[in-house]
Amino acid sequence: MEDMLFYDRLQFAFTITFHYIFPQLTMGLSLLIVYFKGKYLINNIEEYNNAAKFFMKIFAVNFTMGVVTGIPMEFQFGTNWAKFSELTGGIIGQTLAMEGMFSFFLESSFLALFIFGEKLMGQKLHFLTGFLVFLGSWASGWFILATNAWMQHPVGYEILDNGKYVLENFSALFSNPWLLPAFLHNQLASVVTSSFVVASIGAFYVLRNKQTEYGRLFLKTGVVFGLISSLLVAFPTGDWNAKNVAKYQPASFAAMEGIFETEDAGAEIVLVGQPNMVEKKLDNKIAVPNILSFLTYQDWAKQIQGMDQFKKEELPDNIPALYYSYHIMVGLGTIFIGIMALALFFLWRKKLYNSKALLWVIMFLVPFPYIANITGWYTAELGRQPYLVYGLLKTSEGISPTVSSGNTLFTLLGFVALYMLLGLLFLVLVGKTINEGPKPQTH
Amino acid sequence: MEVFWYIIIAIVLAVFFILDGYDFGTGIIHLFFAKDEKDKEVIAKSAGLFWDSNEVWLVTAGGMLFMAFPTFYASAFSGFYLPLILVLWLIIFRAIGLEFRSQFKYQMWKDIWDASFGVSSLLLALFFGIALGNVVRGVNLGGVENGVSVYEGHYFFLPLWDSSFSPLSKTPGVIDWFTIIIGLISVVTLAIHGANWVILKTNSSINSKLKNVIFKLNIVLTALTIFSLMIWQIVNPNSLDNFIDKPYLIVFPMIYLTGLIGLFFIKKIKKDIYGFVLSTLLILGGITSSLASLFPVLLPSVNTVNEPLTIYNTAASEYGLSVALNWGIIGFILLFVYMIIQKRLMGGKIDKMDYGH
Repeated sequence: MEDMLFYDRLQFAFTITFHYIFPQLTMGLSLLIVYFKGKYLINNIEEYNNAAKFFMKIFAVNFTMGVVTGIPMEFQFGTNWAKFSELTGGIIGQTLAMEGMFSFFLESSFLALFIFGEKLMGQKLHFLTGFLVFLGSWASGWFILATNAWMQHPVGYEILDNGKYVLENFSALFSNPWLLPAFLHNQLASVVTSSFVVASIGAFYVLRNKQTEYGRLFLKTGVVFGLISSLLVAFPTGDWNAKNVAKYQPASFAAMEGIFETEDAGAEIVLVGQPNMVEKKLDNKIAVPNILSFLTYQDWAKQIQGMDQFKKEELPDNIPALYYSYHIMVGLGTIFIGIMALALFFLWRKKLYNSKALLWVIMFLVPFPYIANITGWYTAELGRQPYLVYGLLKTSEGISPTVSSGNTLFTLLGFVALYMLLGLLFLVLVGKTINEGPKPQTH
Repeated sequence: MEVFWYIIIAIVLAVFFILDGYDFGTGIIHLFFAKDEKDKEVIAKSAGLFWDSNEVWLVTAGGMLFMAFPTFYASAFSGFYLPLILVLWLIIFRAIGLEFRSQFKYQMWKDIWDASFGVSSLLLALFFGIALGNVVRGVNLGGVENGVSVYEGHYFFLPLWDSSFSPLSKTPGVIDWFTIIIGLISVVTLAIHGANWVILKTNSSINSKLKNVIFKLNIVLTALTIFSLMIWQIVNPNSLDNFIDKPYLIVFPMIYLTGLIGLFFIKKIKKDIYGFVLSTLLILGGITSSLASLFPVLLPSVNTVNEPLTIYNTAASEYGLSVALNWGIIGFILLFVYMIIQKRLMGGKIDKMDYGH
């Protein structure tokens, strides 16, 4: 039984982590594509149009990867989490079915038209198809976040005698106080990823002295979008989410902030330290007093509950992993703001394109927004533990009753092998596209 | 309301098999009949341009099943665990085959991804047929051993096969001689459908030869259909009851029959679209007839201890189903608009369309 739960969780964690590499880029990149294409409609400079088409190529590869790694996510609700699906399908099935209906059809129909239809449709309609792809991909994020928000903070439901959750109020799923902050935070974080990708490709072209006119355009756009989105991810949306966790999941809040003991007055904010679960303290701690209380409640002296205030069963089951995920996300987010602010300053002083050291940093920065996005999701999901539906349904109660751990291990190994291959092919293909560059090839 | 959602999901599933069916079929045709590079490229392209929007229908059918019949979704997906995960892997291999073949010009590279596309298309067609066979035959609900349920009555777990390979076993597996026959019917049907698609959408050099292929496959299909109807009576003696009780349901087998008979005239048919319509009827009739014979059962039970899963004992709440109907109608209207736009811009032969570079 223990093994089953472990393998089911590991398989879901592995497949969703790999899957989320792709949608976070497509969501953010679709916004930048709309920007490039829209700018072209206004200024009629050919580079902007080529940039839009170039990034749509990268978008398309990511979209394919997102589709083929996304179908397993939907299937796994049924294959590995059958009890959870049976009990809550009447509710989360709504948002998941709506995602197919309102987002995937939109996205896939108009993606093909954007890629193949420029000559057929003319520029304005071409822009419109790009915009609809953007709308579809953000709608997808909205429905997935609505699903997740219900699991984090269940609303609009009723529990029947047989344990089933039935929908009582449809609109509550979308007015859930968890949803809007989580959605905005997540979408802006995806803009961070895509801006950094755009800036990084730009830095590559400038450093390589190849197609530099595009390199400069990408750098400029990536840095401006990157700084704005990095700032908005932290404040107000990140702040807003943290307040929601403090309000609705106080046990998770204590764990992710690493507060083992409740202090009499204001709580300190931990910058560095390693959770020591035996002695129930942080090793090598560096912390600033009272800041956490101020950030959370705008009151320097407000008491914040530590982990000592909660029963063991209410606390997340992997506190160090939660603590690290959260601190990696916040730490990286802070560094992003710093680097992008510096880059923007250099851009303003017209020095960016010649600052080799900074360009190298920007080029190699590209994995980190992915890490920040994924650790952000780990924070949300590990923080929800030990529940699937917060406060109501334990994770251990959600797994499929008839699938043995041997079968799950078999499929997990299969997914690992297959996704390694998929990842390799993805890199080859994106690498090839980047190497060719946005400049139209003369045949 | 349950009946309503049952019909909607049946339609979405049928559309999925009609649309993704042609690109599975295209893969089968590609595997066996495309010989020179020009044909290979254009045939792969006729699937590659459309497969991802076709597969959205699968995702949507899955989502709707999850929403409307959560107990069935949970039971069937966990019970068919291994075959479903295999289907997922095959979908991935097929997709990368289509997306990667034209990325490099080396012949070996193309051969690898052509094989990946063709073989996984063939296996997917077989697996989906086997899946339909399993649903028609039923499963050992509750995992009954010696008259006692091992699990809750609506759960089960199917091994890939039972040592007897017989659908009459007390614990049938995914693959037995009945489901294999249904799987073969699916492969032949989709191969015909795919051939019609290739003829419709491309100017490949094998188009005229494919008409001959369709004719021959149709003879095989007729034989398989008659044979499967006979053994179906052995597997499930009550399979015709619904048609006797409600004679109007005969319309579904008639759809199938129209397609089957019509395709014997494939060589005389001038307009390519008619061939494609006939094989569409084949798929539509095949799926709806199977569902009609089971209705309102979703998954029969091979034991007498546990009740079959029906649309009534697996459905979500009345409120949930009716609220979903509201957004469902809006969604379908939007979808209809997209399809018209797409059809107007991407209709016709695809040979000249720029793709993959």
